[in-house]
Amino acid sequence: MADLNKFTIAEARDALRKGDVTAVELTEACLSQIEGAGALNAFVHHTPDLARDQARAADTRIKAGDAPAMCGIPLGIKDLFCTKGVPSQAASRILEGFKPEYESTVTQNLFEAGAVMLGKLNMDEFAMGSSNETSAYGNAVNPWRRGNDDTALTPGGSSGGSASAVAADLCLAATGTDTGGSIRQPAAFTGITGIKPTYGRCSRWGVVAFASSLDQAGPMTKSVRDAAIMLSAMCSHDPKDSTSVDFPVPDFEAALTGDIKGKVIGIPKEYRMEGMPAEIEQLWADGTAMLKDAGADIRDISLPHTKYALPAYYVIAPAEASSNLARYDGVRYGHRARLAQGDGITEMYEKTRAEGFGHEVQRRVMVGTYVLSAGFYDAYYNRARKVRALIKRDFEQAFEAGVDAILTPATPSAAFGLGEMKDADPVQMYLNDVFTVTVNLAGLPGISVPAGVDKQGLPLGLQLIGRPWEEGDLLNTAYALEEAAGFVAKPGKWW
Amino acid sequence: MSIDRETAAKVAKLARIRVPEDALPALAEEFNTILGFIEQLNEVDVEGIEPMTSVTPMRLKRREDVVTDGNQQAKVLANAPDAREGFFAVPKVVE
Repeated sequence: MADLNKFTIAEARDALRKGDVTAVELTEACLSQIEGAGALNAFVHHTPDLARDQARAADTRIKAGDAPAMCGIPLGIKDLFCTKGVPSQAASRILEGFKPEYESTVTQNLFEAGAVMLGKLNMDEFAMGSSNETSAYGNAVNPWRRGNDDTALTPGGSSGGSASAVAADLCLAATGTDTGGSIRQPAAFTGITGIKPTYGRCSRWGVVAFASSLDQAGPMTKSVRDAAIMLSAMCSHDPKDSTSVDFPVPDFEAALTGDIKGKVIGIPKEYRMEGMPAEIEQLWADGTAMLKDAGADIRDISLPHTKYALPAYYVIAPAEASSNLARYDGVRYGHRARLAQGDGITEMYEKTRAEGFGHEVQRRVMVGTYVLSAGFYDAYYNRARKVRALIKRDFEQAFEAGVDAILTPATPSAAFGLGEMKDADPVQMYLNDVFTVTVNLAGLPGISVPAGVDKQGLPLGLQLIGRPWEEGDLLNTAYALEEAAGFVAKPGKWW
Repeated sequence: MSIDRETAAKVAKLARIRVPEDALPALAEEFNTILGFIEQLNEVDVEGIEPMTSVTPMRLKRREDVVTDGNQQAKVLANAPDAREGFFAVPKVVE
């Protein structure tokens, strides 16, 4: 069977169960694709031996008739997840050589379901970035190009390696994490699907922490159905994460009927940003029309505090990061700087962190330190938390008024060129997350669905935002949008 | 609010990140760009609003206060840059 690596999870599951293909064959197909895709720099740690062992075990389970949906499915795992005995360094120099003695709950859940890990995926350092350019491994590259122009484009970030690997069919799907848009923005830039579930759905245990009140893991896949299948396998209640909720995990795939008749879809006027490219505006209008044609009731809504989401985020996320990243001190794991004669423990901390953290991470840790420091805590941090409460209330009011889901663009542009933002100030890069960051602040589920291409042939995504804990309903709306949009474009292979 | 070179140096010190003298002016400028962006929050009327403390309003789960883990010294030390005789080793702290 040709091109097994191009399978969706659903196709592979069905073929595995029918005995048309084995997990070992699927895994070998992906491994050989990964080998030839060095130019994408998506996989940064390779685990072929582990993958083959897991695939053989999966085949045994499938033969025995004990096969959950993810059994035998070859995946890429974002480097932010701690994986036992396998390098897990959050794309940072400071965690160079770190091999966890434990497994993150999300990867544990996937492995228990029989999934296969092909390796670890590139990302922005500590998930801080929107272009995968802050990685200690170097840039991940988008498999998509602007027509015949060979300019290397960003796959987005921070889950850039995950997005690139899935779009290039190096794996069937990948894990991502999303603190301000890090699943949804790269998914949109690479023409794939990515969902961030409600805060608390996926355990954060064993996921290297960036901003604990915002971080959530989620799947990055080739279809909405795959996102539903994989999300069900990732979620669980976990006593090791105190914010993990003790709710039953639904079979999200069962929610995919495609019937959205009578669903109320909100179109928030504040997401119509000044200077938004006409193509994004058009895509949004097209998506709205598609949902309307599918029987949804379209309603204009207002989320008045939208404008303040990014500034609030750039107080809260750095504040939490400065606290979380205090643990990288050169004592317990990772890099320690070479010390000079007479250096004490403070010099060890300062030199280690200067060498180990990249520029963007240092900047965010210091901004966080500043907004939490004596005299500024109220003016910045407490004010940002109040604004966050207002942003959440905006959504609550929309949902109370009967809105089932909210449709917005996923990103303010298509993928840009690597290096193109080099001279921009940091705030320019932050604007990438303008449509996604509200969802993290409010703890809501959000999904990016590929919905079209721009005139240069690059994919564009639409975002749907759902009610808390109603990922099934959200996925179903996304499924209807996916059906209507009929996005089938794939990047031409150049790598 | 404008951050000068001294403030930038103080923040770097608090964050335990060594920043070379000649990099401080650029760092201060970056802080000012970011803080200028954050200043927008002052436009919002937050009178009577409680700061958000929990994303999902819920009481944290409790468990019995018992030892659930331990006896993993080798694993705990396995990734240390410098471990000796069952301890993390660091430069001299007390004179």
